[in-house]
Amino acid sequence: MGEMIKMFVVLTILSSLSGGVLAYVKENTQGRIEDAVLQLVKGPAIKAIFQDAANDPVADRFNLEDGDRKLDIFVAKIDGKQMIAFETFGKGYGGDIGLVVGVNVAEDNIFGVGVTTHSETAGLGSKAKDDPSFAAQFAGADIKAPVKVTADGGSINALSGATITSRAVTSAATEAGEVYERLRPQIIEELKSFN
Amino acid sequence: MAKSITHEFVKGLWEEVPPFRLVLGLCPVLGVTTKMQFGIGMGLATTFVLVCANILVSVLRKVIPAKVRIACFIVIIATFVTLVELLMQAFAYPLFLQLGIFIPLIVVNCVVLGRAEAFASKNGLLPSIADGLGIGIGFTISLAALGALREILGAGTLTLWEGIELVNLVNIFPGFQPFQFMIQAPGAFVCLGLMLCFMNLAGSK
Repeated sequence: MGEMIKMFVVLTILSSLSGGVLAYVKENTQGRIEDAVLQLVKGPAIKAIFQDAANDPVADRFNLEDGDRKLDIFVAKIDGKQMIAFETFGKGYGGDIGLVVGVNVAEDNIFGVGVTTHSETAGLGSKAKDDPSFAAQFAGADIKAPVKVTADGGSINALSGATITSRAVTSAATEAGEVYERLRPQIIEELKSFN
Repeated sequence: MAKSITHEFVKGLWEEVPPFRLVLGLCPVLGVTTKMQFGIGMGLATTFVLVCANILVSVLRKVIPAKVRIACFIVIIATFVTLVELLMQAFAYPLFLQLGIFIPLIVVNCVVLGRAEAFASKNGLLPSIADGLGIGIGFTISLAALGALREILGAGTLTLWEGIELVNLVNIFPGFQPFQFMIQAPGAFVCLGLMLCFMNLAGSK
């Protein structure tokens, strides 16, 4: 019986200490982690899309609820026109691919896209992020229509050797269109405060 | 415990170097070594967990009841792994992105649990620290070596840390064509096999 109690006590104390330490560290690193994600993951993609922005699109942002997901929406101003960007995901060869999609709100078309996170094969699928000419094909596409690769009847030339990756990026862009359509009224409402 | 602390440290570097001698913990060994920097990062993270877990297990070895020792070890190891994960996200986010799932997987890396069970739970504090450090550094060097071999063959570069490129063959020989097979999964097995072979050859004399 004594042994039983000892096992119980030791495990309980160890687990509570562990929980306490981790809660404390998480509390204290959360802010830094959010900053790191914004600056290093979405930041470069957003800045690459909105190179000519008059403001700092990473700093000017708001968030909206989309279903049970909280969506960060970044606002950029180019030649007096308002653009937004947000991130969607597609299923790639090595896992989820994050894609920031920049939308020209006035014309309802895609202003530009950029891959944020991926775990695709280096040298093949990773070109979705590293080869700017792939992402450039998305600019100007109608945000309301599904985006597809040429093999599926669309207009995007897939990366050679990385069809799954290319399809994942197009499906993320298509999803962005769906999200945009769902949230459009709210987005336009929010954008007024950025004028 | 007649063996010296130096011995406990040095054995991890050659005699019992985890991936090549014990052939343990191969999942991250094969998974993250596409670049030398990832091997170093993963190795250092594992070393940290290994040393901290060894310290706690060694200190608590008389308190932990034998029947639930594995559960206790896992709690200790998991705590440090989560700690590393959070700190890496906060301070070395690009590295965290590349290592991804392999960081939380340190929990189930049998090298860490193996050292806790086979060494730290039976030895004092100082030998346990020396053991953790030795095995950890051995693991780091192995991962870095495998990563270096695969990176130089598969991509023609050698990256020490984010943004610090030691060698770039593509710049030196403009006609250089990287052997991409090496940075894909099968290349990991081939490189590991070759390195094991050379280490056995060197050790058999």
